[in-house]
Amino acid sequence: MSAEKTVTPKLVVRDLNFYYGAERALKDINLTIPEKMVTAFIGPSGCGKSTMLRTFNRMYQLYPKQKATGEVLLDGENILDKKQDLNTLRAKIGMVFQKPTPFPMSIYDNIAFGAKLYENLSRHDMDERVEWALRKAALWTEAKDKLKQSGTGLSGGQQQRLCIARAIAVKPQILLLDEPTSALDPISTAHIEKLIDELKAEFTIIIVTHNMQQAARVSDYTAYMYLGDLIEFGDTSTVFTNPKRKETEDYITGRFG
Amino acid sequence: MPTFLREVHMKRHNLLDILFRNITRLSAFAVLVLLVAIIVSLIVGSVPSIKTFGFQFLTSAEWDPVTNEFGALVPIVGTLITSAIALLIAIPVSFGIALFLTELSPRWLRRPLGIAIELLAGVPSIIYGMWGLFVFAPLFADYVQPWLIEKLGPLPIFGPLFQGIPMGIGVLTAGIILAIMVIPFIASVMRDVFEVVPTLLKESAYGLGATTWEVMWQVVLPYTKIGVAGGIMLGLGRALGETMAVTFVIGNAHKLSASLLMPGNSISSALANEFNEAVGELYTSALVELGLILFLITFIVLSLARYMLHMLTKREGSTT
Repeated sequence: MSAEKTVTPKLVVRDLNFYYGAERALKDINLTIPEKMVTAFIGPSGCGKSTMLRTFNRMYQLYPKQKATGEVLLDGENILDKKQDLNTLRAKIGMVFQKPTPFPMSIYDNIAFGAKLYENLSRHDMDERVEWALRKAALWTEAKDKLKQSGTGLSGGQQQRLCIARAIAVKPQILLLDEPTSALDPISTAHIEKLIDELKAEFTIIIVTHNMQQAARVSDYTAYMYLGDLIEFGDTSTVFTNPKRKETEDYITGRFG
Repeated sequence: MPTFLREVHMKRHNLLDILFRNITRLSAFAVLVLLVAIIVSLIVGSVPSIKTFGFQFLTSAEWDPVTNEFGALVPIVGTLITSAIALLIAIPVSFGIALFLTELSPRWLRRPLGIAIELLAGVPSIIYGMWGLFVFAPLFADYVQPWLIEKLGPLPIFGPLFQGIPMGIGVLTAGIILAIMVIPFIASVMRDVFEVVPTLLKESAYGLGATTWEVMWQVVLPYTKIGVAGGIMLGLGRALGETMAVTFVIGNAHKLSASLLMPGNSISSALANEFNEAVGELYTSALVELGLILFLITFIVLSLARYMLHMLTKREGSTT
């Protein structure tokens, strides 16, 4: 029944393999990530879930010995293609990391940083964009009076919301969240989770998390990975309540992992 | 342990502690005392010169041991200009080196290049001076200076800086040699501070679609600005006080010239060249005053740099 929800595929992964030098970290992955939904990747450390995320914006390309084979289709176009322009790709696919990473500049400039790379906005338009992004990231009320102050002066949770605001200020289509709450306290985590729920109206969200409850709370679809294999992928409620594979069940029930 | 023994033990312990504390304090104060002693002796030594020439010492370009007329303008200007040229060249080059070493260079090349830079920093300055005089200056005179004179000389504003005859030695040459000398210092400090920038921070900027240049210029450099400024200060300190290499190539002429191609003098070169032959109280005293001025210049420049850094941090708007 829930599998019959009408979903538009946003990102289609076909026969994806990933190598750190000679080590194969992703093995023949095939899956489809639906548009404007939250897809969670769960699994024990080293299972390849973060690696997966890093292929989607080709972050791995910063490092010489890492390579990916296969296809990742964004709206039908293979982003792993050599001809794919990295900067354009990263404008479409934003990323937020395990730890807050405010740039050493004012809150305003932090948000404007990404937007400035692609668009030539007037002062007025940029002001609007900054406000829009901060409102979307539920940081506007806290930050509006100190836009000129350094982003590094905010609390950890606020910094992470600043990073989310910075990512969405570019108006990406997809938002990659790599364990976005792993460095945050429970209250800040709740803030971010609520935010994820609101953001999926506009963005396709892919989240990697160590925290299974978090995956259950925020995601529509869940992928369970183990040692580079995609063990199970499906509707989050199905994966958590009625997993098809024994391995998934073992992990979710805490017998393993 | 019986009480009296423990007390003896404690006493011994306390005594050692007090001794140790006083020894470290003494060492720390020794630095201060030395600094004050140097300043005082420089001031005392310059009294005859200050009494005779007063403020005019700073503005007069006259330097004539025969008539006992001394003015410090030429060496002051020479010191400042050669150091400015050195930094003008060294800062961008060092930034490029550090950027390449931390972000772009293939892994196998990093170590050899890094070691080469550190070795370059260890080369004694007299070798730079000799190389500058015997190798660099003739090549510079044959191939570069004629071009500078021909192409830049006739320009309206900058023209006068590049007029004259291609002699090889001169203020510009000294500046370039100084640049080569300070590049290893600035570059290796910059590389060290760039290396400690968290990977996540850089990835965040890359993740927004920034190019390597944008990441370095807009994120890494602001993040490391205090360290980078420290490296530049280290280089500037060395450039201001460098003696041997400059003496070889600056030309040691007490003549004020608009052109960078003409010989000039720097404070430290003047001191090195003339202390031996300084006869008479006034001559010696004028040289000591030059030393005092160099001391003050270094102090002022470094303080200004600190102040600038402070303002920069404030403008960025840090709250903590």
